[in-house]
Amino acid sequence: MNRGRIGAWLALLFGVLYFFVPLLGTFEFSLRYLRGHYSLEAYRIVLADPRFTATLTYSTVLAFATIIVGVVLVVPTAYWIQMRLPALRPVVEFITLLPLVIPAIVLVFGYLRIYNSTSVLPLTGTERATDLLLMFSYTTLSLPYMYRAVDTGLRAIDVHTLTEAAESLGAGWSIILLRVILPNVRAAVLSGAFLTFAIVIGEFTMASLLDRPAFGPYLQLIGANRAYEPSALAIISFAITWGCMGLIQISARGAPGQTAGAH
Amino acid sequence: MAQVTHPAIGPPRAAPPWAGQLSWTWVGVVPFFVFALMFLILPTGFLAVGGFQDGRGHFTLRNLLDLFQPTILSSYLISVKVSAASAIGGALIGFALAYAAIAGGLPAWVRPTLMTFSGVASNFAGVPLAFAFLATLGRTGLATVLLIKLFGFNIYSAGFNLLSFAGLTLTYMYFQIPLMVLIIAPAIDGLKREWREASANLGASAWEYWRYIALPILWPPLLGSALLLFANAFGAVATAYALTGSSLNIVTIMLFAQIRGDVLHNQNLGYALALGMIFMTAISNAAYIRLRGRSERWLR
Repeated sequence: MNRGRIGAWLALLFGVLYFFVPLLGTFEFSLRYLRGHYSLEAYRIVLADPRFTATLTYSTVLAFATIIVGVVLVVPTAYWIQMRLPALRPVVEFITLLPLVIPAIVLVFGYLRIYNSTSVLPLTGTERATDLLLMFSYTTLSLPYMYRAVDTGLRAIDVHTLTEAAESLGAGWSIILLRVILPNVRAAVLSGAFLTFAIVIGEFTMASLLDRPAFGPYLQLIGANRAYEPSALAIISFAITWGCMGLIQISARGAPGQTAGAH
Repeated sequence: MAQVTHPAIGPPRAAPPWAGQLSWTWVGVVPFFVFALMFLILPTGFLAVGGFQDGRGHFTLRNLLDLFQPTILSSYLISVKVSAASAIGGALIGFALAYAAIAGGLPAWVRPTLMTFSGVASNFAGVPLAFAFLATLGRTGLATVLLIKLFGFNIYSAGFNLLSFAGLTLTYMYFQIPLMVLIIAPAIDGLKREWREASANLGASAWEYWRYIALPILWPPLLGSALLLFANAFGAVATAYALTGSSLNIVTIMLFAQIRGDVLHNQNLGYALALGMIFMTAISNAAYIRLRGRSERWLR
């Protein structure tokens, strides 16, 4: 037993090293900008770069749009499957898992071909339309996470009783979804939203192939041309990921079903 | 008699409202299926059909056969090697970590902490991850320099290169290990303490416990998770692209170049290249789902 515990500590130590050494290495590297002593010069340069602000803003706006579209698409669908069409659940679940099976680069390849400027729906024709296409691409990427989060949230509450109660008080479908179901799965929606944000904010492949000025392609560009700034950017990206995951933990504490008034 | 006449009258009256309600019910899922059709099924279908066509739209198997030409085949092989190595390494280390935290007798705070960190690390991929490894294991990276200073050991003169198979595998394992921790944890939870105690009472050694009880139950989720990790690495682009540029010719980077500028000089061969990738990830995912179903019997 004692030997087993030492083994467990060793495994954990290995894990801690694997997780922290690259972060330490990156942080140390990011401080090396000025020869001879550590400084935050690389961060100063990165933060002063107008392209940094522009691309990060672009990706943030896109992430919020993706989250809204994702919620509008997923919540009613998952609700409807639970309420009326449980037989369809396997089909919908299978479809929501497809973005994990089909690599993102293949999906965007398909988009470029069927939505090119000579097609019926030329989504790559103008910049605005391409932004729209990129947003839908990201909605697709986040579909597995969003759907699973919302579906789990819906299963934890009594959808049928809530719906009947709302109906008997005279509520229509839109009111039921917006003011009864959505607040009750708030924690699940939020955790799906933060995960979506973490995925979208640094995504490279789709943004790069659709040629949009997102944060991911900017990171790659700096990485190819600069020495110390990429490390500073990696630390900033890590902080963003860490922030998203922290917010998921916090939002998960408000357990489904007790969001209103329980606190 | 009443029972005979009733159905005779019934159907004509009952049918219209039933049909009406059914179609209204279906309207609720129309947006989802339209979305799935537009952004999942049609784009993939287009590539799948295109892979079987020649330049003038006639059916051909030429593109699929052309995938076996040396440059393309070798890119698939490197992809498979990196994905398999990072999946096996990630699965073994991730399992050891998760087992240590869940069943290894460590303090109670270890598990939730490990899960949180795994959630972060499994999502820390792409371009920034490549930067992190360049800053750590690159020629002037922290770990490289420390190893030289402390032990006089230069990993680069020992043949290591971050921009290679080994380097990419190590980098991928940064998100593979925590992903494994997250997906294997429920299976380890399912290993009941009583089984270990019962086997110990019957005089089984630790090895016998693993050989005859734990592994027979755990191998489907273990293998299944490894396959999921394989698919996860196989479709990755950004990390490899930012790390190696195009010096390591994995299949996603070849496809990236093909989409950008038709480097194969054959659009349909590009579609076949994409089709081959779907084929690989679909097989590993299907096997994962099958194996997961197999293990659920025991691990409830």
